[in-house]
Amino acid sequence: MSIFVNKDTKVVYQGLTGSQGRYYGMLNRDYGTNVVAGTNPRKAGTDVEGVPVFANCTEAVAATGANASCIFIPAPGVFAAVMDAAEAGIEFVACITEGVPAHDEARFFNMLKRDHPGVRLLGPNCPGIITPGECNIGITAGHIAKPGGPVGIVSRSGTLTYQALYELQQKDIGVTTCVGIGGDPVPGTSFIDCLEAFEADPDTKAVMMIGEIGGSAEEEAAAFIKDNMSKPVSSYIAGVTAPPGKKMGHAGAIVSGGKGTAAAKMDALRDAGVRVGLNPTEAGELMAEIVAEL
Amino acid sequence: MDLFEHQGKELFARYGLPVPSGEVALSPEEAVAAASRLGLPVVVKAQVHTGGRGKAGGVKLAADLDAVRGHASDILGLDISGHIVRRLWIEQASDIAEEYYASFTLDRSARKHLGMLSAEGGVEIETVAAENPDAISKVLVDPAEGLTEEAARAWVEGANLNPAATDQAVEILRKLYVAYTEGDADLVEINPLILTPEGRVHVLDAKVTLDANAVFRHEDYAQYDETQPRDEREEAAHAKGLQYVGLAGSVGVIANGAGLAMSTVDVVNQVGGKPANFLDIGGGANAQVMANALEVINNDPDVRAIFINIFGGITRGEEVANGIIGALEAVDIEAPIVLRLDGTNAAEGREILAPHLNEKLVMEPTMLDAARRAVAMAAA
Repeated sequence: MSIFVNKDTKVVYQGLTGSQGRYYGMLNRDYGTNVVAGTNPRKAGTDVEGVPVFANCTEAVAATGANASCIFIPAPGVFAAVMDAAEAGIEFVACITEGVPAHDEARFFNMLKRDHPGVRLLGPNCPGIITPGECNIGITAGHIAKPGGPVGIVSRSGTLTYQALYELQQKDIGVTTCVGIGGDPVPGTSFIDCLEAFEADPDTKAVMMIGEIGGSAEEEAAAFIKDNMSKPVSSYIAGVTAPPGKKMGHAGAIVSGGKGTAAAKMDALRDAGVRVGLNPTEAGELMAEIVAEL
Repeated sequence: MDLFEHQGKELFARYGLPVPSGEVALSPEEAVAAASRLGLPVVVKAQVHTGGRGKAGGVKLAADLDAVRGHASDILGLDISGHIVRRLWIEQASDIAEEYYASFTLDRSARKHLGMLSAEGGVEIETVAAENPDAISKVLVDPAEGLTEEAARAWVEGANLNPAATDQAVEILRKLYVAYTEGDADLVEINPLILTPEGRVHVLDAKVTLDANAVFRHEDYAQYDETQPRDEREEAAHAKGLQYVGLAGSVGVIANGAGLAMSTVDVVNQVGGKPANFLDIGGGANAQVMANALEVINNDPDVRAIFINIFGGITRGEEVANGIIGALEAVDIEAPIVLRLDGTNAAEGREILAPHLNEKLVMEPTMLDAARRAVAMAAA
């Protein structure tokens, strides 16, 4: 079992004909993902290494039965790409693209909620999702993930998602599904969405959560864990030693007015019974302890 | 990107918000010339990317041209919370009957836009929020729907402004919402929005932060980018398109992804070192980007060792390796480099680098090992 994607997921790559789309689309296919189609209105009718390219998602879905999409379109085209996928009836949309304006994110998030409530958007600005051994959508290096569970991973940072997978692999711990939700101001899928799904997934026995400074998503996740989760959680918050008021790259990662600090987030998580590490390696070690106790 | 007050007002004016007339001045002579064109009295206002200008003596009323010259001389060069004043905004003076506060920003928890309005303007809104939260009228705006006239009116009526201000405030705030959304702002704030004794409502101060991700659809963003405050290292990194934040230590940090870069800074601190910077080379970084990053770090005289921490996703190991080799050939990198390389094509990257390893370029298998090595080298 897994959450959101599995071996039956059929994926259309929006932007398959671009250099990044082609590279990762083919890597994902090599991993075993059902890469069934690509889109590009100017290249409809062609193919990328045998994968047919359609003008839009509606045509791709009609021809291939795709039920998920992966967006590699440059930021100015992301709004239209998300709506294209939703209008085609695609249920799961992973948007890898970084640099999407926050107002676009806020608009398409709320338009999906209003007009296409069945669509789950992941990202933008995220590494994607991997159910090891079954389906890898996005830019995660598949070989660092050990299939089979019992741990689910959810992370706000791309590279720390890989770090988390790697730490668990080093300890021979398998992963049900690893979700990178991205660090942008309006993530399509939140920590809580993933925690809820992991709690409901019978094969996931414990969850590793990687957060970072800024915003209040980790505090909200802590409240959810306290009230709703029976499964143990380990965590790491990046930016423990970040100076206040400095914007550290991500639109989200800024500490201001004493809010959104790593200390506040770690306290909230500890208060919810989460085992909190001070770096990714420690969080992995804490998860190894949890798994040994299962 | 933070705008100066006058840039914010110019942006607001383009969306039809009422703002006082004014001109930029870079010297006392320009200030005097601007004041004579605008008509006296004027206010001489420091343009800096920080608050608390008034208390620091950066805002002065001038009734005649001698006063304009005097205030301009005093304010230019003033240090306001570490920001040196280099430009002034000379503005027609306004009579104030009442001061209000208005703003829009993103409520990340609600994933909607949040409008805040208060009859208690002119002071820091954080103070109002802490001491008298009921004095702030709030509205959550669905970005898919926009701010309707009806919702704007209910919001304004909740703030208990002077009844003479209500209709104008509704109109102004709807325009402010359009400026906020179409202008791709992270924040628009008017503090104060004033009611004059004649019953007119207009913008007296403007604070605007723009979303740098939206630069592709705003030609005018380039002029704002030029006026961002950055230290020399940050300026050089920015010119090369790198996400760089200067810190005060001796271990230069290069990582891919903001999360890993922050984590690298954490780990360097935790093993007893002091990071010199945060530098995120981003997703999809190629050889040129890595070479640029090394050059920026190399120009920091405080750097004694460089820790490159790469976990490839969209960034590929062989690109990282070629970038490091290219940079070593092109630039004389003084500090020793400790590299940790994992992820996409890491094996290829390590293979490319193997013949180049020496005492100035070493590889470590894990993040913690590499951090310890870099910190030890910086201390040596």
